[in-house]
Amino acid sequence: MKAARTIAGPLLLLGICIRPLSAAEIPPDDRRSGFSFMAPDTQAIQNDDTANPGMLWVLDGEALWKRKAGTADKSCADCHDDAAMRGVAARYPAFDTALGRPVNLEQRINLCRSNRQQATPFAFESRELLALTAFVAKQSRGMPIEAGTDPQLAPFIAKGRELFLQRQGQLNLACANCHDDNWDKRLAGSAITQGHPTGYPMYRLEWQSLGSLQRRLRACIFGIRAQPYDYGAPELVELELYLKSRARGMPMETPAVRP
Amino acid sequence: MGSVLINVPKKAKRGDVIEIKTLMSHIMETGFRHLATGELVPRDIITSFSCRYNGEEIFRADLFPAISANPFISFFTRATETGTFEFSWIGDRGFSETATASITVE
Repeated sequence: MKAARTIAGPLLLLGICIRPLSAAEIPPDDRRSGFSFMAPDTQAIQNDDTANPGMLWVLDGEALWKRKAGTADKSCADCHDDAAMRGVAARYPAFDTALGRPVNLEQRINLCRSNRQQATPFAFESRELLALTAFVAKQSRGMPIEAGTDPQLAPFIAKGRELFLQRQGQLNLACANCHDDNWDKRLAGSAITQGHPTGYPMYRLEWQSLGSLQRRLRACIFGIRAQPYDYGAPELVELELYLKSRARGMPMETPAVRP
Repeated sequence: MGSVLINVPKKAKRGDVIEIKTLMSHIMETGFRHLATGELVPRDIITSFSCRYNGEEIFRADLFPAISANPFISFFTRATETGTFEFSWIGDRGFSETATASITVE
């Protein structure tokens, strides 16, 4: 007993000393979706399409997809085949040549809406935009995330990674301090996950609603007591892009359910 | 937009106990929240849910402000005959939605 304690003592000290040095990206084989951190009851909600509340938005999105809008009097379905959206969400955020920077799926839908349909873009987090995004993203369910492979995106991924590693806010925390270094621990009873955006837009039980990845990011930034970026800000899109490229190869789960 | 998801088994043996699951899209605004300006957000909830099996009421529930958004209601019944389940949700501000699902009993 005493011998064990004398061995355990130094090991414990060593563990604490090594910890900051080991702060690094999660090896690909150790990556886990937020799904695996949830209780079996919550997992069951996500797995059953008739119990998953996110499917309500997917249904609304399907109706919106077919509805004509704008002065062009065109619906999404008038240009896009039903099957054409398969795999698209797994590639977003993607580079937009006209803007010269990456855009996320919500922004792409709104660009299409203002340029092609000649209609007013939907507000971020509006029921309509979430519904259309969920409808498009659900078609990529089960497909591996491929975002960030375009070489034009490299400088933006680098900026997103910089933001991920940047300590900020009154708590002086970077995303990496929790989601790279301490994902196997708990914070106030909740699991600290690895922060892989596999299931957005997702139904968060706490929100009692579907929400975008940017809403989640803003909530996290607020949590470390920093000033959140506005919806659609280039910084948020870059962070989104870095997170999606960090999760490359993991299967899409949209619409996911999280506590 | 009033989306609804219903899960009723398509087939069952006579006398089987079957589970029926329903999910209704609704904000379930409690009526206890205030806006930043201090105004009370008026209550907007579903107040009643009922299910009829070939015209006969087999399940009814009253809903209250503490029930979360998009209420998920699940219950059991015995499959007695081939027919239709009719679901009805009634709520504040004239909210009224219906849905049907059919079952074949062998």
